[in-house]
Amino acid sequence: MSRRTYQAAAVAAEIAVPVAILAAWQLWTAQADDPKFPRLSTILVEFREMWLFSQFGEHVVPSLERIGLGFGIALVLGIVLGIPLGLSRWGRVLAMPHIEWWRAMPPPALLPISIVLLHSIGNRQKVSFIAFFCLFPILLNTIDGVRGIDPALTETAKSYGVRGLERIGRIVFPAALPQIFAGMRTSLSLAVIMMVLTEYFSSTSGVGYVLLISKNTFQLTPMWAAIVLIGLLGYLLNLLLILVERRVLAWHRGWRAATAQ
Amino acid sequence: MSISAEHLLEIRNVAKTYGTGAKATQAIADASFAVDDREFVCVVGPSGCGKTTLLKCVGGLLRPTRGLVLLRGKPVTSPPEEMALVFQEYGRSLMPWASVRNNVLLPLRHKRLGRHERKELVEEALEAVGLTGFIDHYPWQLSGGMQQRVAIARALAYQPSILLMDEPFASVDAQTRGDLEDLVLRVREEFAVTILFVTHDIDESVYLADRVVVLTHAPTEVKEIIDVDLPFPRDQIATKELQEFTHLRGHVYRLIKREQAEPSEPLAAATTATKGDRA
Repeated sequence: MSRRTYQAAAVAAEIAVPVAILAAWQLWTAQADDPKFPRLSTILVEFREMWLFSQFGEHVVPSLERIGLGFGIALVLGIVLGIPLGLSRWGRVLAMPHIEWWRAMPPPALLPISIVLLHSIGNRQKVSFIAFFCLFPILLNTIDGVRGIDPALTETAKSYGVRGLERIGRIVFPAALPQIFAGMRTSLSLAVIMMVLTEYFSSTSGVGYVLLISKNTFQLTPMWAAIVLIGLLGYLLNLLLILVERRVLAWHRGWRAATAQ
Repeated sequence: MSISAEHLLEIRNVAKTYGTGAKATQAIADASFAVDDREFVCVVGPSGCGKTTLLKCVGGLLRPTRGLVLLRGKPVTSPPEEMALVFQEYGRSLMPWASVRNNVLLPLRHKRLGRHERKELVEEALEAVGLTGFIDHYPWQLSGGMQQRVAIARALAYQPSILLMDEPFASVDAQTRGDLEDLVLRVREEFAVTILFVTHDIDESVYLADRVVVLTHAPTEVKEIIDVDLPFPRDQIATKELQEFTHLRGHVYRLIKREQAEPSEPLAAATTATKGDRA
């Protein structure tokens, strides 16, 4: 098979398989006639009515804002803290036990305390909660990425007098970037989870809130529509990140392919 | 201690020990020699004799346990701006995320130079190594020999008075190695640089150098310093056919052979073996 036909077949399969699954779902829900499992077509109609676009501004935009802010803060903090920790052995000795302890904490365990501590069920509490748990994958991957820099490159920089911020900007950060992106992928899916979790427990808006209200009022079709939306959001956000990564790390794929030979 | 200003570079009783206590290993026991302005000095020695360690001490990347490295009479304590280092691992010393241009530009960015001047230095250096057409390529798109030429161009653009080269051609094939040796001899003239060149290849050392410093095995000392009076320009075929060349390489070979622990092999067979051999 040529590369082109292979790619075409891969794309076709990527579309065909979900379509087949959806068709099966539709057929099964149609014959089951169970109110707990409304027909797929009913869910999709509901989906269109709710999200395209009558409640989009009211509930989807706040959710996206929270993800964006929380993830953005985690990204900046993860890199800003991760680079010095990656460079400093003593920094790691002091910080790693704390990082490992907080990282091992299950998010739901901290949700009640985060509401109490921040005296709020508003945006601030949700954004900080998302940022907190998104921080660890990015932080740990940044530290690993910085530690993994080829010593030959470090010595080259040193011998040419490339120091301080210049060294970080020109050598350390780009060298760690592939690892940082690996952390970002993990964090982004965590961000979606945290968004739903915080909104489900304490909110007056957002898709997680819609999920809660539908459940409490036994409106199963809107609930399913919200589930479909959340899945779709996660998928699209990940896709977006992959597209960005492909652009930014084009060199990395080329380099890996060249050195693998 | 009296400081003589006549040498550009002086390595004075340098010793280097790694680790402390029972685990200490002495890489260099006592090494002394000098390099004059515009001289080409090759350092050869048996495998694992601390050649790289010595060069890193000279370049200010490692601090000697004892002794001094003097550059124009001043002790070297950190990498001096006057020196540029070319490593054996060209593939790893180039930044894979940066184009050839930006790799060569790296050491120039913090130098006080105009934008135009920087650009000119980069282009001039790449032209000298014959890579003008590859300025916008990534290093990993080039062959091993070309990557090493990028590393050499980067060193030249830095405008050092001394080029330190650590087995730069040890991991390229024999043909490319010959081309790169001639390239180094050419840029030495063009850029008027002094070169301190570490190698384990005896032929290479005699072919390139004005003087060859032969080291003993670890803990390393200087065994002998040999003047090479072969005529310039040197030629891969004609120079290596000279009786003087054969005589010199035989002499260096015997010195190193005596340093090696294993029983000696016939000379002819061993010559080819050193080619692929890594220190």
